[in-house]
Amino acid sequence: MKLESLTIDAARAAVQEGKITAVALAEAFYAKIENDDPQIGAYLTLSKDRALVKASEMDTLAAKGEKLPPLGGVPVGIKDVMVTRGIRTTAGSKMLGNYIPPYDCTAVARIEAAGAVVLGKLNCDEFAMGSSNENSAWKPVHNPRDLSRVPGGSSGGSAAAVAADMAVVTLGSDTGGSIRQPASFCGVVGLKPTYGRVSRYGLIAFASSLDHVGPFAKTVKDAAIVLKTIAGRDPMDSTSTDVPVPDYLAELEKPAAGLKIGVAQEYLGEGLHPEVRAAVANAVETLAKLGCEIVDVSLPHTEYAIPAYYIVATAEASSNLARFDGVRYGYRAGDAKTLSEMYRRTRDQGFGAEVKRRIMLGTYALSAGYYDAYYLKAQKVRTLLTRDFEAAFKRVDAIVTPTSPTAAFKLGDKADDPLAMYLADIYTVTANLAGVPGISVPCGETKQKLPIGLQILGKHFDEATILRVAAAYERAAAKLE
Amino acid sequence: MHMRVTEKDVAHVADLSNLELTSEERPRMLRDLNSILEYIDRLNELDTAKVELTAQASGRFGAPSAEGSGRLDDASRDDVLEGLRESLPQDQALANAPGSDGTFFRVPRVIER
Repeated sequence: MKLESLTIDAARAAVQEGKITAVALAEAFYAKIENDDPQIGAYLTLSKDRALVKASEMDTLAAKGEKLPPLGGVPVGIKDVMVTRGIRTTAGSKMLGNYIPPYDCTAVARIEAAGAVVLGKLNCDEFAMGSSNENSAWKPVHNPRDLSRVPGGSSGGSAAAVAADMAVVTLGSDTGGSIRQPASFCGVVGLKPTYGRVSRYGLIAFASSLDHVGPFAKTVKDAAIVLKTIAGRDPMDSTSTDVPVPDYLAELEKPAAGLKIGVAQEYLGEGLHPEVRAAVANAVETLAKLGCEIVDVSLPHTEYAIPAYYIVATAEASSNLARFDGVRYGYRAGDAKTLSEMYRRTRDQGFGAEVKRRIMLGTYALSAGYYDAYYLKAQKVRTLLTRDFEAAFKRVDAIVTPTSPTAAFKLGDKADDPLAMYLADIYTVTANLAGVPGISVPCGETKQKLPIGLQILGKHFDEATILRVAAAYERAAAKLE
Repeated sequence: MHMRVTEKDVAHVADLSNLELTSEERPRMLRDLNSILEYIDRLNELDTAKVELTAQASGRFGAPSAEGSGRLDDASRDDVLEGLRESLPQDQALANAPGSDGTFFRVPRVIER
Protein backbone atom coordinates (compact mmCIF):
# COMPACT_ATOMS: atom_id res chain seq x y z
CA MET A 1 0.00 0.00 0.00
CA LYS A 2 1.55 3.30 -1.09
CA LEU A 3 1.31 5.58 1.91
CA GLU A 4 2.22 8.64 -0.21
CA SER A 5 -0.91 8.47 -2.28
CA LEU A 6 -3.35 7.88 0.54
CA THR A 7 -6.19 10.30 0.98
CA ILE A 8 -8.94 9.85 3.56
CA ASP A 9 -11.28 8.32 0.98
CA ALA A 10 -8.63 5.97 -0.40
CA ALA A 11 -7.59 4.73 3.05
CA ARG A 12 -11.16 4.30 4.21
CA ALA A 13 -12.20 2.54 1.00
CA ALA A 14 -9.25 0.15 1.26
CA VAL A 15 -10.31 -0.83 4.78
CA GLN A 16 -13.99 -0.98 3.86
CA GLU A 17 -13.31 -3.28 0.91
CA GLY A 18 -10.98 -5.50 2.89
CA LYS A 19 -7.95 -4.65 0.75
CA ILE A 20 -6.05 -3.94 3.94
CA THR A 21 -7.06 -4.10 7.57
CA ALA A 22 -7.04 -0.89 9.59
CA VAL A 23 -4.63 -2.61 11.95
CA ALA A 24 -2.20 -3.40 9.10
CA LEU A 25 -2.56 0.16 7.81
CA ALA A 26 -1.73 1.60 11.23
CA GLU A 27 1.24 -0.77 11.47
CA ALA A 28 2.46 0.37 8.05
CA PHE A 29 2.42 3.97 9.26
CA TYR A 30 4.22 3.00 12.47
CA ALA A 31 6.90 1.29 10.39
CA LYS A 32 7.30 4.47 8.32
CA ILE A 33 7.52 6.52 11.52
CA GLU A 34 10.16 4.20 12.95
CA ASN A 35 12.17 4.45 9.77
CA ASP A 36 11.86 8.13 8.89
CA ASP A 37 10.96 10.05 12.02
CA PRO A 38 14.43 9.90 13.64
CA GLN A 39 15.53 12.36 10.91
CA ILE A 40 12.40 14.49 11.06
CA GLY A 41 11.33 14.58 14.71
CA ALA A 42 7.59 14.98 14.10
CA TYR A 43 6.30 12.64 16.82
CA LEU A 44 6.78 13.05 20.57
CA THR A 45 4.59 10.18 21.78
CA LEU A 46 3.14 7.16 19.97
CA SER A 47 -0.24 5.85 21.11
CA LYS A 48 -0.07 2.31 19.75
CA ASP A 49 -2.55 0.71 22.16
CA ARG A 50 -5.19 3.32 21.51
CA ALA A 51 -4.56 3.20 17.77
CA LEU A 52 -4.88 -0.57 17.56
CA VAL A 53 -8.08 -0.62 19.62
CA LYS A 54 -9.73 1.85 17.25
CA ALA A 55 -8.30 0.11 14.20
CA SER A 56 -9.68 -3.27 15.36
CA GLU A 57 -13.05 -1.67 15.94
CA MET A 58 -13.06 -0.44 12.34
CA ASP A 59 -11.95 -3.86 11.06
CA THR A 60 -14.84 -5.50 12.89
CA LEU A 61 -17.31 -3.11 11.24
CA ALA A 62 -15.79 -3.66 7.80
CA ALA A 63 -15.80 -7.46 8.24
CA LYS A 64 -19.53 -7.29 9.00
CA GLY A 65 -20.04 -5.31 5.82
CA GLU A 66 -21.19 -2.26 7.76
CA LYS A 67 -20.48 1.21 6.40
CA LEU A 68 -17.45 2.81 8.03
CA PRO A 69 -17.77 6.32 9.47
CA PRO A 70 -16.19 9.18 7.42
CA LEU A 71 -12.64 8.70 8.81
CA GLY A 72 -12.95 4.97 9.44
CA GLY A 73 -9.51 3.40 9.76
CA VAL A 74 -7.69 6.57 8.73
CA PRO A 75 -4.38 7.12 10.60
CA VAL A 76 -4.12 10.62 12.07
CA GLY A 77 -1.73 12.58 14.28
CA ILE A 78 -2.59 15.17 16.93
CA LYS A 79 -0.55 18.24 17.85
CA ASP A 80 0.68 17.87 21.41
CA VAL A 81 -1.22 20.97 22.58
CA MET A 82 -4.47 18.99 22.42
CA VAL A 83 -5.18 16.77 25.41
CA THR A 84 -5.70 13.05 24.89
CA ARG A 85 -7.04 11.02 27.78
CA GLY A 86 -4.41 8.62 29.11
CA ILE A 87 -1.80 9.68 26.54
CA ARG A 88 1.04 11.93 27.65
CA THR A 89 0.46 15.50 26.47
CA THR A 90 3.33 17.97 26.84
CA ALA A 91 2.45 21.07 24.78
CA GLY A 92 6.09 20.80 23.66
CA SER A 93 7.17 21.82 27.16
CA LYS A 94 9.12 20.42 30.10
CA MET A 95 6.41 22.00 32.24
CA LEU A 96 4.11 19.14 31.17
CA GLY A 97 6.74 16.50 30.55
CA ASN A 98 4.90 13.85 32.53
CA TYR A 99 1.32 15.11 32.23
CA ILE A 100 -1.32 12.46 31.50
CA PRO A 101 -4.64 14.22 30.78
CA PRO A 102 -7.85 12.81 32.28
CA TYR A 103 -9.96 13.95 29.32
CA ASP A 104 -9.99 14.33 25.54
CA CYS A 105 -9.97 17.47 23.45
CA THR A 106 -13.36 17.81 21.70
CA ALA A 107 -11.77 17.92 18.24
CA VAL A 108 -9.90 14.69 18.99
CA ALA A 109 -13.04 13.04 20.37
CA ARG A 110 -14.94 14.01 17.23
CA ILE A 111 -12.43 12.63 14.75
CA GLU A 112 -12.10 9.44 16.77
CA ALA A 113 -15.88 9.10 16.85
CA ALA A 114 -15.63 9.37 13.05
CA GLY A 115 -13.32 6.34 13.04
CA ALA A 116 -9.89 7.96 12.94
CA VAL A 117 -6.94 5.99 14.29
CA VAL A 118 -4.82 8.28 16.49
CA LEU A 119 -1.20 7.27 15.89
CA GLY A 120 0.37 9.68 18.34
CA LYS A 121 1.16 13.21 19.51
CA LEU A 122 3.00 15.62 17.32
CA ASN A 123 5.89 17.91 18.13
CA CYS A 124 5.32 21.65 18.29
CA ASP A 125 6.81 24.87 19.56
CA GLU A 126 6.40 25.10 23.34
CA PHE A 127 2.83 26.11 24.23
CA ALA A 128 2.35 26.85 20.52
CA MET A 129 4.70 29.85 20.74
CA GLY A 130 6.93 29.97 17.71
CA SER A 131 7.15 29.98 13.93
CA SER A 132 9.77 27.30 13.33
CA ASN A 133 9.27 24.42 15.82
CA GLU A 134 12.72 25.28 17.21
CA ASN A 135 11.15 26.19 20.56
CA SER A 136 10.09 22.64 21.38
CA ALA A 137 11.64 21.63 24.70
CA TRP A 138 12.22 18.13 23.31
CA LYS A 139 13.73 18.38 19.85
CA PRO A 140 13.30 20.51 16.74
CA VAL A 141 11.38 19.27 13.74
CA HIS A 142 13.16 19.05 10.37
CA ASN A 143 11.34 19.96 7.18
CA PRO A 144 10.82 16.71 5.22
CA ARG A 145 11.43 18.61 1.99
CA ASP A 146 14.88 19.75 3.19
CA LEU A 147 16.09 18.38 6.49
CA SER A 148 18.40 21.36 7.11
CA ARG A 149 15.40 23.65 7.25
CA VAL A 150 12.54 24.34 9.61
CA PRO A 151 9.05 22.96 8.92
CA GLY A 152 7.52 26.19 10.21
CA GLY A 153 5.63 26.50 13.45
CA SER A 154 4.19 26.18 15.84
CA SER A 155 2.46 23.11 14.32
CA GLY A 156 5.71 21.92 12.71
CA GLY A 157 5.23 18.27 13.63
CA SER A 158 1.65 18.24 12.27
CA ALA A 159 2.74 19.68 8.93
CA ALA A 160 5.82 17.47 8.64
CA ALA A 161 3.91 14.28 9.46
CA VAL A 162 1.52 14.82 6.54
CA ALA A 163 4.32 15.91 4.20
CA ALA A 164 6.38 12.83 5.11
CA ASP A 165 3.47 10.35 4.89
CA MET A 166 3.58 9.59 8.60
CA ALA A 167 -0.17 10.33 8.92
CA VAL A 168 -2.94 10.83 6.36
CA VAL A 169 -4.20 13.98 8.09
CA THR A 170 -3.27 15.74 11.31
CA LEU A 171 -4.75 18.31 13.66
CA GLY A 172 -2.85 21.46 14.51
CA SER A 173 -3.59 24.79 16.14
CA ASP A 174 -3.25 28.33 14.78
CA THR A 175 -2.94 31.42 16.97
CA GLY A 176 -0.92 33.67 14.66
CA GLY A 177 -0.41 31.43 11.63
CA SER A 178 0.69 28.19 13.23
CA ILE A 179 -1.26 25.98 10.82
CA ARG A 180 -1.00 28.00 7.63
CA GLN A 181 2.70 28.89 7.78
CA PRO A 182 4.00 25.34 8.39
CA ALA A 183 1.59 24.07 5.72
CA SER A 184 3.19 26.56 3.35
CA PHE A 185 6.76 25.58 4.36
CA CYS A 186 6.09 21.83 4.05
CA GLY A 187 4.01 21.88 0.87
CA VAL A 188 0.71 20.64 2.31
CA VAL A 189 -2.77 22.05 2.86
CA GLY A 190 -3.48 23.75 6.19
CA LEU A 191 -6.76 25.36 7.27
CA LYS A 192 -7.51 27.80 10.06
CA PRO A 193 -11.30 27.92 10.46
CA THR A 194 -13.32 30.95 11.58
CA TYR A 195 -12.94 31.72 15.29
CA GLY A 196 -15.75 29.86 17.03
CA ARG A 197 -16.19 27.30 14.21
CA VAL A 198 -14.32 24.55 16.04
CA SER A 199 -14.34 24.02 19.80
CA ARG A 200 -11.20 24.91 21.74
CA TYR A 201 -12.14 22.60 24.61
CA GLY A 202 -9.08 20.49 25.34
CA LEU A 203 -6.73 22.77 23.41
CA ILE A 204 -4.13 23.86 25.95
CA ALA A 205 -4.72 27.60 25.86
CA PHE A 206 -2.13 30.05 24.55
CA ALA A 207 -4.29 33.08 23.65
CA SER A 208 -7.97 32.35 24.11
CA SER A 209 -9.29 34.93 21.66
CA LEU A 210 -6.80 33.95 18.93
CA ASP A 211 -6.43 30.15 19.26
CA HIS A 212 -8.00 27.90 16.62
CA VAL A 213 -7.95 24.13 15.96
CA GLY A 214 -7.67 23.05 12.32
CA PRO A 215 -6.56 20.31 9.92
CA PHE A 216 -3.48 19.56 7.83
CA ALA A 217 -3.96 17.36 4.77
CA LYS A 218 -2.50 16.56 1.37
CA THR A 219 -5.65 17.67 -0.44
CA VAL A 220 -8.28 20.36 -0.01
CA LYS A 221 -10.98 17.68 0.07
CA ASP A 222 -9.34 15.94 3.02
CA ALA A 223 -9.09 19.24 4.89
CA ALA A 224 -12.81 19.76 4.20
CA ILE A 225 -13.69 16.28 5.48
CA VAL A 226 -11.82 16.87 8.73
CA LEU A 227 -13.34 20.34 9.13
CA LYS A 228 -16.85 18.93 8.72
CA THR A 229 -16.07 16.35 11.38
CA ILE A 230 -14.69 18.72 14.01
CA ALA A 231 -16.77 21.85 13.39
CA GLY A 232 -19.88 22.82 15.30
CA ARG A 233 -21.13 24.09 18.60
CA ASP A 234 -19.68 22.56 21.77
CA PRO A 235 -21.30 23.39 25.11
CA MET A 236 -17.87 22.95 26.70
CA ASP A 237 -16.55 26.01 24.77
CA SER A 238 -18.82 28.98 25.13
CA THR A 239 -16.97 30.85 22.37
CA SER A 240 -17.95 28.15 19.87
CA THR A 241 -21.02 29.21 17.92
CA ASP A 242 -24.07 27.40 16.66
CA VAL A 243 -23.81 28.77 13.13
CA PRO A 244 -24.84 25.72 11.04
CA VAL A 245 -22.06 23.62 9.51
CA PRO A 246 -22.56 23.56 5.71
CA ASP A 247 -21.89 20.59 3.45
CA TYR A 248 -18.35 21.61 2.59
CA LEU A 249 -17.85 18.68 0.22
CA ALA A 250 -20.71 19.82 -2.01
CA GLU A 251 -19.10 23.26 -2.25
CA LEU A 252 -15.76 21.84 -3.39
CA GLU A 253 -17.12 20.66 -6.71
CA LYS A 254 -18.48 24.07 -7.66
CA PRO A 255 -16.36 25.94 -10.23
CA ALA A 256 -14.67 29.13 -9.12
CA ALA A 257 -15.78 31.07 -12.20
CA GLY A 258 -17.63 34.24 -11.32
CA LEU A 259 -16.12 34.60 -7.87
CA LYS A 260 -14.46 37.92 -7.06
CA ILE A 261 -10.93 37.45 -5.74
CA GLY A 262 -9.26 40.32 -3.91
CA VAL A 263 -5.55 41.02 -4.05
CA ALA A 264 -4.30 43.35 -1.31
CA GLN A 265 -1.30 45.54 -2.05
CA GLU A 266 -0.34 45.59 1.62
CA TYR A 267 0.49 41.87 1.37
CA LEU A 268 2.80 42.33 -1.62
CA GLY A 269 5.23 44.88 -0.22
CA GLU A 270 8.74 44.96 1.17
CA GLY A 271 10.23 41.79 2.52
CA LEU A 272 8.33 39.49 0.17
CA HIS A 273 10.79 37.10 -1.48
CA PRO A 274 10.73 37.53 -5.30
CA GLU A 275 10.15 33.82 -5.94
CA VAL A 276 7.18 33.82 -3.56
CA ARG A 277 5.83 36.96 -5.23
CA ALA A 278 6.13 35.30 -8.63
CA ALA A 279 4.45 32.07 -7.51
CA VAL A 280 1.53 33.95 -5.99
CA ALA A 281 1.18 36.12 -9.10
CA ASN A 282 1.03 32.93 -11.20
CA ALA A 283 -1.62 31.52 -8.91
CA VAL A 284 -3.70 34.68 -9.31
CA GLU A 285 -3.28 34.30 -13.10
CA THR A 286 -4.55 30.72 -12.83
CA LEU A 287 -7.61 31.89 -10.90
CA ALA A 288 -8.26 34.58 -13.51
CA LYS A 289 -8.10 31.92 -16.24
CA LEU A 290 -10.68 29.90 -14.30
CA GLY A 291 -13.07 32.81 -14.67
CA CYS A 292 -12.50 34.62 -11.38
CA GLU A 293 -12.62 38.41 -11.39
CA ILE A 294 -9.45 39.78 -9.82
CA VAL A 295 -10.09 42.94 -7.80
CA ASP A 296 -7.57 45.24 -6.11
CA VAL A 297 -8.47 45.72 -2.46
CA SER A 298 -6.83 47.54 0.38
CA LEU A 299 -6.41 46.39 3.98
CA PRO A 300 -4.87 49.64 5.20
CA HIS A 301 -4.09 48.67 8.80
CA THR A 302 -2.11 45.53 7.91
CA GLU A 303 1.23 46.97 9.07
CA TYR A 304 -0.16 47.31 12.60
CA ALA A 305 -1.21 43.68 12.86
CA ILE A 306 2.05 42.27 14.22
CA PRO A 307 2.41 44.81 17.03
CA ALA A 308 -1.28 44.42 17.95
CA TYR A 309 -0.95 40.64 17.84
CA TYR A 310 2.12 40.55 20.06
CA ILE A 311 0.30 42.58 22.70
CA VAL A 312 -2.99 40.68 22.65
CA ALA A 313 -1.43 37.22 22.32
CA THR A 314 1.21 37.69 24.99
CA ALA A 315 -1.23 39.38 27.39
CA GLU A 316 -3.65 36.48 27.08
CA ALA A 317 -0.80 33.98 27.33
CA SER A 318 0.47 35.54 30.53
CA SER A 319 -2.94 34.91 32.03
CA ASN A 320 -3.42 31.41 30.58
CA LEU A 321 0.01 30.21 31.62
CA ALA A 322 -0.42 31.41 35.21
CA ARG A 323 -1.96 28.02 35.99
CA PHE A 324 1.39 26.26 35.58
CA ASP A 325 2.66 26.52 39.12
CA GLY A 326 3.80 23.06 40.16
CA VAL A 327 0.81 22.48 42.44
CA ARG A 328 -1.66 20.18 40.70
CA TYR A 329 0.15 18.70 37.69
CA GLY A 330 3.31 18.97 35.65
CA TYR A 331 6.81 19.95 36.65
CA ARG A 332 7.66 21.07 40.17
CA ALA A 333 11.05 22.52 41.13
CA GLY A 334 12.61 20.24 43.70
CA ASP A 335 14.57 22.60 45.92
CA ALA A 336 11.94 25.10 47.04
CA LYS A 337 11.47 25.70 50.75
CA THR A 338 8.45 27.97 50.48
CA LEU A 339 5.41 28.04 48.23
CA SER A 340 6.54 31.27 46.63
CA GLU A 341 9.96 29.82 45.82
CA MET A 342 8.24 26.77 44.37
CA TYR A 343 6.08 28.87 42.04
CA ARG A 344 8.97 30.99 40.83
CA ARG A 345 11.50 28.24 40.33
CA THR A 346 9.00 25.81 38.83
CA ARG A 347 8.08 28.39 36.25
CA ASP A 348 11.60 29.58 35.52
CA GLN A 349 12.86 25.99 35.14
CA GLY A 350 9.79 24.50 33.46
CA PHE A 351 9.30 27.14 30.77
CA GLY A 352 11.65 27.78 27.86
CA ALA A 353 13.09 31.17 26.89
CA GLU A 354 10.47 32.16 24.32
CA VAL A 355 7.60 31.30 26.66
CA LYS A 356 9.13 33.37 29.44
CA ARG A 357 9.75 36.26 27.08
CA ARG A 358 6.08 36.26 26.07
CA ILE A 359 4.81 35.93 29.63
CA MET A 360 6.97 38.91 30.63
CA LEU A 361 5.80 41.00 27.67
CA GLY A 362 2.18 40.14 28.30
CA THR A 363 2.38 40.83 32.01
CA TYR A 364 4.03 44.19 31.31
CA ALA A 365 1.30 45.10 28.81
CA LEU A 366 -1.40 44.35 31.36
CA SER A 367 0.28 45.86 34.40
CA ALA A 368 -1.02 48.93 36.19
CA GLY A 369 -0.11 52.05 34.28
CA TYR A 370 0.39 50.25 30.98
CA TYR A 371 -2.93 48.47 30.38
CA ASP A 372 -4.51 51.37 28.45
CA ALA A 373 -1.41 52.15 26.43
CA TYR A 374 -0.87 48.58 25.34
CA TYR A 375 -3.64 46.01 25.76
CA LEU A 376 -6.59 48.34 25.33
CA LYS A 377 -4.89 50.05 22.41
CA ALA A 378 -4.18 46.72 20.72
CA GLN A 379 -7.80 45.63 21.12
CA LYS A 380 -8.95 48.79 19.39
CA VAL A 381 -6.47 48.24 16.56
CA ARG A 382 -7.99 44.78 16.31
CA THR A 383 -11.34 46.42 15.54
CA LEU A 384 -9.72 48.49 12.79
CA LEU A 385 -8.21 45.35 11.23
CA THR A 386 -11.56 43.57 11.37
CA ARG A 387 -13.26 46.53 9.70
CA ASP A 388 -10.63 46.44 6.93
CA PHE A 389 -11.67 42.85 6.15
CA GLU A 390 -15.38 43.59 6.38
CA ALA A 391 -15.04 46.51 3.96
CA ALA A 392 -13.00 44.41 1.52
CA PHE A 393 -15.46 41.52 1.73
CA LYS A 394 -18.27 43.82 0.60
CA ARG A 395 -16.44 43.91 -2.75
CA VAL A 396 -14.90 40.44 -3.03
CA ASP A 397 -15.69 36.85 -2.02
CA ALA A 398 -12.16 35.90 -0.98
CA ILE A 399 -8.72 37.49 -0.70
CA VAL A 400 -5.52 35.76 -1.82
CA THR A 401 -2.10 36.52 -0.41
CA PRO A 402 1.23 34.77 0.05
CA THR A 403 1.09 32.67 3.24
CA SER A 404 4.60 33.65 4.27
CA PRO A 405 7.12 36.20 2.96
CA THR A 406 9.67 33.45 2.33
CA ALA A 407 9.96 29.71 1.93
CA ALA A 408 11.39 27.61 4.77
CA PHE A 409 14.52 29.07 6.36
CA LYS A 410 17.43 27.13 7.78
CA LEU A 411 17.37 25.80 11.34
CA GLY A 412 19.10 28.34 13.59
CA ASP A 413 18.70 31.26 11.17
CA LYS A 414 16.34 33.34 13.32
CA ALA A 415 17.02 31.76 16.70
CA ASP A 416 18.78 34.81 18.17
CA ASP A 417 16.38 37.45 16.94
CA PRO A 418 12.88 37.12 18.40
CA LEU A 419 11.60 40.15 16.51
CA ALA A 420 12.77 38.75 13.14
CA MET A 421 10.93 35.54 13.94
CA TYR A 422 7.77 37.48 14.82
CA LEU A 423 7.85 39.33 11.49
CA ALA A 424 7.60 36.00 9.65
CA ASP A 425 3.93 35.93 10.71
CA ILE A 426 3.12 39.13 8.90
CA TYR A 427 0.56 37.67 6.47
CA THR A 428 -1.13 35.30 8.86
CA VAL A 429 -1.80 37.16 12.13
CA THR A 430 -4.48 39.39 10.62
CA ALA A 431 -6.83 36.42 10.22
CA ASN A 432 -6.42 35.49 13.88
CA LEU A 433 -7.09 39.04 15.06
CA ALA A 434 -10.19 39.37 12.86
CA GLY A 435 -11.32 35.76 13.29
CA VAL A 436 -11.74 35.16 9.55
CA PRO A 437 -10.94 31.74 8.06
CA GLY A 438 -7.83 31.10 5.99
CA ILE A 439 -6.36 28.17 4.09
CA SER A 440 -2.86 27.68 2.72
CA VAL A 441 -2.43 25.55 -0.40
CA PRO A 442 0.82 24.71 -2.21
CA CYS A 443 1.38 26.98 -5.23
CA GLY A 444 4.83 26.15 -6.48
CA GLU A 445 8.43 25.86 -5.41
CA THR A 446 11.52 28.02 -5.22
CA LYS A 447 14.55 27.24 -7.36
CA GLN A 448 15.83 25.25 -4.36
CA LYS A 449 12.64 23.15 -4.54
CA LEU A 450 11.19 24.59 -1.38
CA PRO A 451 7.38 24.74 -1.19
CA ILE A 452 5.53 28.05 -1.50
CA GLY A 453 2.05 28.57 -0.08
CA LEU A 454 -0.92 30.54 -1.34
CA GLN A 455 -3.22 31.82 1.36
CA ILE A 456 -6.94 32.27 0.70
CA LEU A 457 -8.87 34.30 3.27
CA GLY A 458 -12.66 34.41 3.51
CA LYS A 459 -15.56 35.97 5.33
CA HIS A 460 -16.50 34.83 8.80
CA PHE A 461 -18.07 31.34 8.60
CA ASP A 462 -17.55 31.22 4.84
CA GLU A 463 -15.07 28.31 4.80
CA ALA A 464 -17.20 26.99 1.94
CA THR A 465 -15.98 29.72 -0.43
CA ILE A 466 -12.30 29.47 0.48
CA LEU A 467 -12.46 25.68 0.12
CA ARG A 468 -14.15 26.13 -3.23
CA VAL A 469 -11.44 28.52 -4.48
CA ALA A 470 -8.71 26.29 -3.04
CA ALA A 471 -10.13 23.15 -4.68
CA ALA A 472 -10.55 24.87 -8.04
CA TYR A 473 -6.98 26.15 -7.86
CA GLU A 474 -5.74 22.69 -6.82
CA ARG A 475 -7.43 21.08 -9.84
CA ALA A 476 -6.07 23.70 -12.23
CA ALA A 477 -2.55 23.58 -10.78
CA ALA A 478 -2.48 19.78 -11.10
CA LYS A 479 -3.31 20.11 -14.80
CA LEU A 480 -0.42 22.52 -15.29
CA GLU A 481 2.14 20.05 -13.92
CA MET B 1 5.16 58.05 23.87
CA HIS B 2 8.40 56.10 24.14
CA MET B 3 8.53 53.69 27.07
CA ARG B 4 11.84 52.33 28.16
CA VAL B 5 12.00 49.20 30.27
CA THR B 6 14.56 49.30 33.10
CA GLU B 7 16.14 46.57 35.20
CA LYS B 8 13.75 47.57 37.96
CA ASP B 9 10.81 47.04 35.57
CA VAL B 10 12.12 43.61 34.63
CA ALA B 11 12.38 42.69 38.30
CA HIS B 12 8.87 43.99 38.98
CA VAL B 13 7.30 42.19 36.01
CA ALA B 14 9.17 38.96 36.86
CA ASP B 15 7.69 39.30 40.32
CA LEU B 16 4.16 39.71 38.91
CA SER B 17 4.74 36.76 36.55
CA ASN B 18 6.05 34.53 39.33
CA LEU B 19 9.27 33.92 37.44
CA GLU B 20 12.61 33.70 39.24
CA LEU B 21 14.88 34.82 36.41
CA THR B 22 18.51 33.83 36.68
CA SER B 23 21.32 36.39 36.46
CA GLU B 24 21.98 35.28 32.87
CA GLU B 25 18.34 35.68 31.92
CA ARG B 26 17.80 39.19 33.24
CA PRO B 27 19.99 41.19 30.83
CA ARG B 28 18.74 39.19 27.86
CA MET B 29 15.15 39.81 28.91
CA LEU B 30 15.85 43.53 29.32
CA ARG B 31 17.24 43.70 25.81
CA ASP B 32 14.48 41.66 24.20
CA LEU B 33 11.63 43.49 25.91
CA ASN B 34 13.01 46.87 24.89
CA SER B 35 13.52 45.79 21.30
CA ILE B 36 10.01 44.37 21.02
CA LEU B 37 8.30 47.26 22.80
CA GLU B 38 10.07 49.77 20.61
CA TYR B 39 8.59 48.01 17.58
CA ILE B 40 5.16 47.88 19.20
CA ASP B 41 5.25 51.64 19.83
CA ARG B 42 4.10 52.23 16.25
CA LEU B 43 0.54 51.44 17.36
CA ASN B 44 0.51 55.02 18.66
CA GLU B 45 0.50 56.26 15.07
CA LEU B 46 -3.17 55.28 15.01
CA ASP B 47 -5.93 57.43 16.46
CA THR B 48 -8.21 54.99 18.24
CA ALA B 49 -10.01 57.44 20.52
CA LYS B 50 -13.41 56.69 19.00
CA VAL B 51 -12.85 53.00 18.23
CA GLU B 52 -14.50 50.33 20.37
CA LEU B 53 -12.39 47.38 21.42
CA THR B 54 -12.66 43.80 20.15
CA ALA B 55 -12.18 41.26 22.93
CA GLN B 56 -13.01 38.21 20.83
CA ALA B 57 -14.38 37.58 17.37
CA SER B 58 -17.30 35.19 17.79
CA GLY B 59 -19.63 37.10 20.11
CA ARG B 60 -21.43 38.73 17.21
CA PHE B 61 -22.25 35.33 15.73
CA GLY B 62 -23.97 33.81 18.73
CA ALA B 63 -27.71 33.39 19.29
CA PRO B 64 -29.46 36.30 17.57
CA SER B 65 -32.20 36.41 20.20
CA ALA B 66 -29.94 37.57 23.00
CA GLU B 67 -27.74 40.61 23.60
CA GLY B 68 -24.04 41.05 24.29
CA SER B 69 -22.30 38.03 25.75
CA GLY B 70 -25.72 36.43 26.21
CA ARG B 71 -25.50 35.73 22.49
CA LEU B 72 -23.04 33.00 23.28
CA ASP B 73 -25.42 30.22 24.32
CA ASP B 74 -24.59 28.36 27.49
CA ALA B 75 -22.27 31.13 28.60
CA SER B 76 -24.11 30.46 31.82
CA ARG B 77 -26.05 27.41 32.95
CA ASP B 78 -28.59 26.60 35.65
CA ASP B 79 -27.07 26.33 39.09
CA VAL B 80 -27.56 22.60 39.57
CA LEU B 81 -25.12 19.92 40.70
CA GLU B 82 -23.24 18.35 37.76
CA GLY B 83 -25.21 20.77 35.58
CA LEU B 84 -22.98 20.58 32.54
CA ARG B 85 -20.76 17.64 33.29
CA GLU B 86 -19.59 15.51 36.16
CA SER B 87 -16.79 16.70 38.39
CA LEU B 88 -13.47 14.95 38.11
CA PRO B 89 -13.24 12.14 40.71
CA GLN B 90 -10.67 12.80 43.41
CA ASP B 91 -8.28 10.04 42.39
CA GLN B 92 -8.13 11.35 38.82
CA ALA B 93 -7.74 14.92 40.02
CA LEU B 94 -4.72 13.88 42.10
CA ALA B 95 -3.25 11.52 39.50
CA ASN B 96 -0.76 14.07 38.10
CA ALA B 97 0.07 15.72 41.41
CA PRO B 98 3.79 16.27 42.01
CA GLY B 99 3.05 16.02 45.73
CA SER B 100 0.01 14.54 47.40
CA ASP B 101 -1.06 12.66 50.51
CA GLY B 102 -3.89 10.94 48.69
CA THR B 103 -6.43 13.54 49.73
CA PHE B 104 -4.78 16.91 49.24
CA PHE B 105 -2.20 18.44 46.93
CA ARG B 106 0.88 18.88 49.12
CA VAL B 107 3.11 21.93 48.68
CA PRO B 108 5.97 23.59 50.61
CA ARG B 109 5.09 25.88 53.51
CA VAL B 110 2.83 28.77 52.63
CA ILE B 111 3.92 31.24 55.33
CA GLU B 112 7.38 32.51 54.50
CA ARG B 113 8.57 34.30 57.58
